[in-house]
Amino acid sequence: MTTDLGMPTVASDPYGHLRGSESFPVAARRSLADTQLRQNLGHATRTIRAKRAGVVAEVDDWEELRRAGEGVKADVMARLPELLVQFEEAVTARGGVVHWARDAVEANRIVVDLVRGTGVEEVVKVKSMATQETGLNEALGEAGIAALETDLAELIVQLSDDRPSHFLVPAIHRNRSEIRDIFLREMPDVDPELTDEPRLLAMAARAHLRRKFLSARVGISGANFAVADTGTISVVESEGNGRMCLTLPDTLITVMGVEKIVPTWSDLEVFLQLLPRSSTGERMNPYTSTWSGVTPGDGPQTFHVVLLDNGRSNVLASPDGRQALHCIRCSACLNVCPVYERAGGHAYGSVYPGPIGAVLTPQLTGIRGTDDVSASLPYASTLCGACFDACPVRIDIPHLLVQQRAAAVDAHTRPTTQDVAMRAAAAAMSSPGRFSLVERALKLGRLIGRSGRIRSVPGPGAAAWFGARDMPTPPAETFRQWWARTRGPSS
Amino acid sequence: MKIALVATCLGDALFPRAPRATVELLERLGHEVVFPADQTCCGQMHVNTGYLDLALPLVRHHVEVFSGAADVAVAPSGSCVGCVRHQHAMVARRGGDEELAQAAEDLAHRTYELSELLVDVLGVTDVGAYYPHRVTYHPTCHSLRMLRVGDKPLRLLREVRGLTLTELPDAEVCCGFGGTFAVKNAETSTAMLADKMANVLSTHSEVCTAGDTSCLMHIGGGLSRLRSGVRTVHLAEILASTADQEVPA
Repeated sequence: MTTDLGMPTVASDPYGHLRGSESFPVAARRSLADTQLRQNLGHATRTIRAKRAGVVAEVDDWEELRRAGEGVKADVMARLPELLVQFEEAVTARGGVVHWARDAVEANRIVVDLVRGTGVEEVVKVKSMATQETGLNEALGEAGIAALETDLAELIVQLSDDRPSHFLVPAIHRNRSEIRDIFLREMPDVDPELTDEPRLLAMAARAHLRRKFLSARVGISGANFAVADTGTISVVESEGNGRMCLTLPDTLITVMGVEKIVPTWSDLEVFLQLLPRSSTGERMNPYTSTWSGVTPGDGPQTFHVVLLDNGRSNVLASPDGRQALHCIRCSACLNVCPVYERAGGHAYGSVYPGPIGAVLTPQLTGIRGTDDVSASLPYASTLCGACFDACPVRIDIPHLLVQQRAAAVDAHTRPTTQDVAMRAAAAAMSSPGRFSLVERALKLGRLIGRSGRIRSVPGPGAAAWFGARDMPTPPAETFRQWWARTRGPSS
Repeated sequence: MKIALVATCLGDALFPRAPRATVELLERLGHEVVFPADQTCCGQMHVNTGYLDLALPLVRHHVEVFSGAADVAVAPSGSCVGCVRHQHAMVARRGGDEELAQAAEDLAHRTYELSELLVDVLGVTDVGAYYPHRVTYHPTCHSLRMLRVGDKPLRLLREVRGLTLTELPDAEVCCGFGGTFAVKNAETSTAMLADKMANVLSTHSEVCTAGDTSCLMHIGGGLSRLRSGVRTVHLAEILASTADQEVPA
């Protein structure tokens, strides 16, 4: 994956799949024009939104739960180093091995070496954002190891050589007839009479995956939560494929972001209530797996966990910005976001799309100069605030969006058209005299809008506005002129 | 009550009917309105585009102009009040000016969006308005989710004589304006606008109203481009309208 500008390729970016290859407006232009994608996304997000709203409304103390989740996460961030060490000690005491990875490249190297050590050429994977982030499948592929995604939607994405576009529903941009076509094309031994009936599609995937589960010797997972005081890891999933991957292989390797820690089991209770209702719109999660190190004679007998930083320490260093690390990847903010619903997940470039991705990605990668595509992400929002209301751990995403916009402006290495316009506007508006002059200049617009509306004007930014919107003709009298005329000199 | 009017830069320069209507309405209700003439802009555009350093002098100017102006301040704009209430102190603190931050917080507590002032402070929902038109109401994002005005604008509209209020489908979804978002991400903005306009048109209303001139500029700009025959009118204009003096169409 390269860019027109010869920017660093994904392979040479130590952060993995976080920095996209084009800016949000450019990528969004393509997805906005894809009418099938728009229909698929609109239908899917509408359905999930309604489901979530229903089950959230059932919970009388939802707001208290949100505050509890926020409180636990804030506490974790305040003492993350000590909790991580505690977690490491607990995992080690229970027969697991803990590895620390500075970035995506290091995490992938650790996992590739571990898999090579087992001598296998194929691994089964539980759906995991952390390994999507590091680009682990590609790294394994380069080492001659096939990584098989076992989550149904991830499998669809993998079979079609596509990219996930949502945390929870990575194939949300596909409809069932597209999925049928993918299966017929890519799945060996599939029934050629396969229809687009969801049950039959699931049965086909099940038969395909079952063979792999039974022969797999190495499983790779992410983690939803990791309990510091017992060294327990939890994976939350809906299909049972995770349970298979976590129990059948001899060796289990878990890659998790360092922010996934919770202090104790009783903290887990809060999130196991918040997550399913926010995420799938279910009251309770179907398959919740937990394990602590190695249990002799039961499940994988070799267990490794890779603790991934990959920019998280940078985020933690920002007292405000660190709340982006509170995210439990429920995707409620994606589903309620009117921008995500229309532009889709791929437009964000990063494995973390939607409102949370727009504030997390630029913090993880940092913003490099004026042309960094990550800098376009915090602007991919109207600041409508729907994301904050939906967030189960009360991340103030609109505030973080503004903060990251400020970071993007601070990173400018040369003045942009926008910088010039903003400076001019600030100069005009910081003095009442200059502001009046601007108002008088605006009245020139009356010359081009004699019919009461203006259809276009020259100037930067104007084409973008007038592409779809008129402007009214400027008024004959500004408010302050009316006031002076009717009330005399003002206070 | 003595009330200082924040006309808003957009209201002053391009949409003077909204601040005018605010003055006429509050005076009709027996209050004294003052217009501090040195006011310019609250700095919302700069803050929300990430130019917090450039916003600092605008925040300072706003606080200086309004701090001693009256008991309370009102703006016919949810987003400007949202900026004053939730962002001014943050901008001041980021600029290292704690004194300004505290003055901004004090002013923020006394600055209201129009429907808040009417319902919460002045305790009135029937303002004696007459507006014989079919109207749908778009709750703007910042009034809804930043200020939490809830159904206050609807309670005011329900008391207006002659007005038929229609329910806007998916009312609480953003119209796609978002300040500079409307030009920086014009195509996504337009896609959102298309859905908002479709919902407005589905109500068969003559008028779409809201509490923010900026969102109305965007929705109205789209409706005008389509020659839809639906006009946008600020909430203040409807509330200021009486049987004797109706707002011109």
